[in-house]
Amino acid sequence: MIELKNVSIVFGQGTVNENKALNNINLKVKEGDFITIIGSNGAGKSTLFNTIAGTYVPSEGQIFANDKNVTRDPEYKRAKYIGRIFQNPLLGTAGNMSLEDNMTITHKKGMKWLRRSLNSKTREMFRQQLVQLKMGLEYRMKENLVMFSGGQRQALTLLMMVLSKPSLILLDEHTAALDPKNAEIVLELTNKFISEYHLTAMMITHNMTHAIEFGNRLLMMDGGEIIFDIEGEEKKALTVEKLIQKFHELRHKTFENDRTLLAED
Amino acid sequence: MIEGIFVEGLIYGIMVLGVFISFRILDFPDLTVDGSFPLGAALMVQCLLLGMNGWLALLVAFAGGVLAGVVTALIHNHLRVPNLLAGILTMTMLYSINIRILGNRANVPILDQSTILKQVTEKFTGIIPDDYILLVFFVIVALVVKVLLDLFFRTDLGMTMGAMGNNEQMVISQGVNPKTLKTIGVGLSNGLVAISGAFAAQYLGFADVGLGQGIIVSGLASVMIGEFLVLKSNRIGVLTLCALAGSVCFYAVMYVGRFYGYVIHMTPSDLNLIKGVLIIALLIATQAKKLKVPFKVAK
Ligand SMILES: Nc1ncnc2c1ncn2[C@@H]1O[C@H](COP(=O)(O)OP(=O)(O)O)[C@@H](O)[C@H]1O
Ligand SMILES: [Mg+2]
Repeated sequence: MIELKNVSIVFGQGTVNENKALNNINLKVKEGDFITIIGSNGAGKSTLFNTIAGTYVPSEGQIFANDKNVTRDPEYKRAKYIGRIFQNPLLGTAGNMSLEDNMTITHKKGMKWLRRSLNSKTREMFRQQLVQLKMGLEYRMKENLVMFSGGQRQALTLLMMVLSKPSLILLDEHTAALDPKNAEIVLELTNKFISEYHLTAMMITHNMTHAIEFGNRLLMMDGGEIIFDIEGEEKKALTVEKLIQKFHELRHKTFENDRTLLAED
Repeated sequence: MIEGIFVEGLIYGIMVLGVFISFRILDFPDLTVDGSFPLGAALMVQCLLLGMNGWLALLVAFAGGVLAGVVTALIHNHLRVPNLLAGILTMTMLYSINIRILGNRANVPILDQSTILKQVTEKFTGIIPDDYILLVFFVIVALVVKVLLDLFFRTDLGMTMGAMGNNEQMVISQGVNPKTLKTIGVGLSNGLVAISGAFAAQYLGFADVGLGQGIIVSGLASVMIGEFLVLKSNRIGVLTLCALAGSVCFYAVMYVGRFYGYVIHMTPSDLNLIKGVLIIALLIATQAKKLKVPFKVAK
């Protein structure tokens, strides 16, 4: 599916601020994988996603999608098969436009032309899909998205992304900016969609419990490296304590992000 | 001559629609306008002098404007020049180009060539009172342009452009190259501006390289007046109507200032100051209006 070979990212190369955000990453994402990713702040998790998605071009190494070298493909080209959701719920939708307009733009990937695909048939299709969110949004299709809560917008972004059938989805702490109740709902939906639509997914989370609970594979990152990659039965047997201990063994330091420890609920 | 007040507002209204597209829909502050307006005028006059049909000349003017906009977008997209600077670059180059088009002259009058306006006046004289023929004609032209734009912004392409102005990341995530959208949008915007310039040249009876001076400020002021006139709306039909109404208001004020300003010892050169002050006043008024509206609590 997606493969990274010896990928490094250096920010500010040759300046005093030179910073190796990714250090020789080798990673193979298999079809159907649901990978959770944890790591302290600044570990390089978001940079990893940005590199896979094409926002950043690697300083070294190559990226392959379905065995095709896509290292130099711009982000918008890779977006045709990679779906992304960011922490900021406003980034996935256009607030100044109505729900149905947003869905018209997002239900199919690729350049749009002079057609008008919003008609009674597509409207009905959108309505049926919105029902899955159980938020009553199917009755609010003409409302502007600025009127919607962050949780609703993030749930919408998720739904619209799923409908475009991406081969890989990247979720970067996509529930972190939501209140606990909405975070819970969006996470449930995420899990439901990933299994129902057999999506290949990578999810960054700062919540260790979630990282253990969801997915079939777990990556731990630190200092721009993947220090721990575990899957299957081994992952199922993980506990938060074991994870923290593992980190300590590998890096000879304590897991610095207190939030992750507190977020065990 | 009361109808003259509105005619100017409608002619320049087409330019205001162009400015509305770049500034408001694309969120691309484009200063090419100061060059593409006289470009449209120059192309129209030169084509007429070459004996071309008026409507064909209008098409040439539109194409010239589109090209100017495309150049700005390409400079911005591929040389990573900020959009403001890209527009200034094109505008500066257009100054020389416009003089070239006018045959190395700064001002070229239309002589006895048959303009669209002359044809229309001839056709409808006797049917509509002479004074109102052009008013009716430009109401129709402005509305046709407006309706075509409304239709365009309701297509998938138009909607995606609207989304880009609001959230570029969303458009990228849809697998659409925002550079392509900007090129189309800024091109379209300047095409409209050039059409406006082409009509202005026919109305004034000449093309002048100085015609575009300060056009962008007038356009922006008109857009802002239009936005001030009505409550916030996301309906494209309402927005374009506001832009036209804003233009009519703005140019009516300028018209009055130009013809009756002497009463308060105003000279035509004071108008630029008035425009600037008007924009500042609008900015202040808009902010006051925003503060008054209580925030809606989304639940
Ligand atoms: N665009 C950028 N320019 C310069 N440095 C960056 C940029 N993005 C991230 N970094 C740096 O790269 C490192 C990794 O950041 P990031 O991937 O955002 O971490 P994480 O998501 O794991 O918290 C940090 O040191 C950060 O400061
Ligand atoms: Mg991050």
